[in-house]
Amino acid sequence: MSVVELRAAVALLGRFPALSGVDLTIHAGETVLLRGPNGAGKTTLLHLCAGLLRPESGGVRVLGHDLTGAADRRSVRRRVALLGHATGLYDDLTVGENLRFWARAAGLSAAEADRRTDEARSRLEVPDRLVDQPVHTLSAGQRRRTSLAALVVRRPELWLLDEPHAGLDQTGRDLVDALIGDAVAAGGTVVVSSHELDRVAALSPRTVTLAGGAVVDGPSGNGGIR
Amino acid sequence: MAEEPTITASTRDTTGSRGSRLLGVATLVGLAVLGVLAFVLTDPDVRIHPSTGDEFGQFDAVRMLYVHVPLAAMTYLAYGLCAVASLGVLIRRTPWWDVTAHAAAEVGTVFCGLVLVTGSIWGRPVWNTWWEWGDVRLMTTLVLFLMFAGYLALRRTTGDPRTVSRRAAVVALIAVLDLPLVNRSVEWWENRTLHQQSTLGELKIEDLTLFTLMLGFLVLGMVLAWLLLHRFRVGWLERAALDHSVAAAIAERRGETPDEELRRAVGDSPAAREGFDENDRDGDPEAGRP
Amino acid sequence: MSVLRTVLGDIRLVAARDLRIEVRSRVVLDQVLPFAVLVLVLFGFALDADHRTLRTFAPGLFWVTVLLSALLAIGRSASLDATDGTGTSLRMSGLSPVARYLGRTVAVLVQLLVLEVVLVGGIVVLYGVSVDDWLLLVVAGVVAGVAVAAAGTLYGALASGLGARETLLPILVLPVLAPVLIGATRAFDDALGVAAVDGWAWTGLLAVAALVLTVVGASAHGALVED
Repeated sequence: MSVVELRAAVALLGRFPALSGVDLTIHAGETVLLRGPNGAGKTTLLHLCAGLLRPESGGVRVLGHDLTGAADRRSVRRRVALLGHATGLYDDLTVGENLRFWARAAGLSAAEADRRTDEARSRLEVPDRLVDQPVHTLSAGQRRRTSLAALVVRRPELWLLDEPHAGLDQTGRDLVDALIGDAVAAGGTVVVSSHELDRVAALSPRTVTLAGGAVVDGPSGNGGIR
Repeated sequence: MAEEPTITASTRDTTGSRGSRLLGVATLVGLAVLGVLAFVLTDPDVRIHPSTGDEFGQFDAVRMLYVHVPLAAMTYLAYGLCAVASLGVLIRRTPWWDVTAHAAAEVGTVFCGLVLVTGSIWGRPVWNTWWEWGDVRLMTTLVLFLMFAGYLALRRTTGDPRTVSRRAAVVALIAVLDLPLVNRSVEWWENRTLHQQSTLGELKIEDLTLFTLMLGFLVLGMVLAWLLLHRFRVGWLERAALDHSVAAAIAERRGETPDEELRRAVGDSPAAREGFDENDRDGDPEAGRP
Repeated sequence: MSVLRTVLGDIRLVAARDLRIEVRSRVVLDQVLPFAVLVLVLFGFALDADHRTLRTFAPGLFWVTVLLSALLAIGRSASLDATDGTGTSLRMSGLSPVARYLGRTVAVLVQLLVLEVVLVGGIVVLYGVSVDDWLLLVVAGVVAGVAVAAAGTLYGALASGLGARETLLPILVLPVLAPVLIGATRAFDDALGVAAVDGWAWTGLLAVAALVLTVVGASAHGALVED
């Protein structure tokens, strides 16, 4: 079953065609590495798959939904996790408050939210002493871990990670890799955009290269950089 | 009124057409006739008080109403059109509705401004004031004008054009909630307005006066149509030019893809792929981070 | 029924988030509130500190001050979703736009009510007004607060993410709030005993305005923040 299916997908940022016609199929359980120079359209591709952008033209199906419809994009969004460049956290709230808020926002009951946030925190090794600290007092690495924890809580089917290793120390990077492993083991699909080719290579992903807003190594991708 | 959606910036370089030129000429003639009728041929409003025998009435000021009242009616029409088109923007998302809504709002705001100005000029001799704070219709009309001034400001902001057009549509739909208030205010707040209730339905007005007023509706309706037509076409051409540039940008962006050789290399040879990634890292400000 | 419970729960979640952020950051408390008092003082200077004039116009000055201060509070609360990618996270979260709208409206309302309480104290002390009808004052204050919060939250979302949003917000929202200003001022005219008008009738009109603005806001919010 294909989780992501793009056919000549064009997406605009304002008037700029960030994606100029992408053909790409991603199957369930796959790990895909997106690479390409800056401005190639990697982030836009992730946003498109997340249901944040309305495709300008072409076919875009994610998790069985045609993303031209606003209602379909909404349904897709709640089943997808997107780790972007920003933290997606409220600076003035504490780590614990942020995690609980995003868990409750995903529709979890109070008890379930608490259970899953504790779980996610220990998985991402966010120490207990940080729980009651406002996010703005955290280091960049600690924030990134908190952002990831907020996503883990939601147990998404499709992970879209935009440069997940950026700003993390060695342990943090290892954790991201372990997390990707977890997601795949749980039957999820992971798309990673990264410049850390060696690191991601260890996860033996399929590699897709973007340039000029289109895939340059064919719709199926090649064997990757094994 | 719509052009074929396939027009491109190069196929038309004017907003005029045979039909709109004809309409324009007819409108100019109509305006001239209206001017003569309203300002020369019709009588001033002079009445004699039955008991005192004093002259009273609006005198020459009544002539302003031949323009003021039709202008107000056309303002309703333009804003009504804007509301319908805004619904179209939210539901259908097609550029046609968006251009129509923008055109109607812009022309409507010009008309609404003229309503306020002509009303004020008329009010000076008749109500003895340029501006009457207690008048509900005046207030609701002013609010309408200000809300659409905000709409036009929103239209000019920078932002994703699709976002701007959807948000503008919401603003327009809220603003037109004021339309029925403007229209019904004379009945709902009888004692809080100096505006007179509609006298058209009961035909209290006499022949030439009535004819002139009706002609006013017709001619100002033609002015509205002519302005809308041209404003729509300008908007449509702008849109076409932008679409054209987006199409060109897509083509150009696809051209950014490394030439065929590199494309093959990326697909086939690990060495070339390595080279590609080298370039990539050079261009990446974050590449040197630990 | 359970859908309603979920929506109510989400509204509480969003309102609690905004209020907690305000308690932590104290932007409204430390900046907007002093600004509001400052405006009252400036009116006093401008009108030459004549107690009679100030008393007569206290209701109008009060509500103009509320509107101006509300603009700041609204801009602040809209900015919460425009930083650090929280807006994107909200879109990804699955929270319904209606709950997001109503939750924020409640939070803005709470802040406005605090503001109004302080300003009532301000006009009593600075302008020398006395309250004739406390019930009318409270009811009109709350109902008008709902109207301002409902319109403000909607237009705050509408202007956010666009260029020049700080200057755009006032010209979009103030014309819409003009009728609220009129109604609230008349109601306060009666409550403070400075003019013989039927304050309750005006409060009724205010309630209609508050209802319309809330319904319009809740239904339009989705078109603004989601897409």
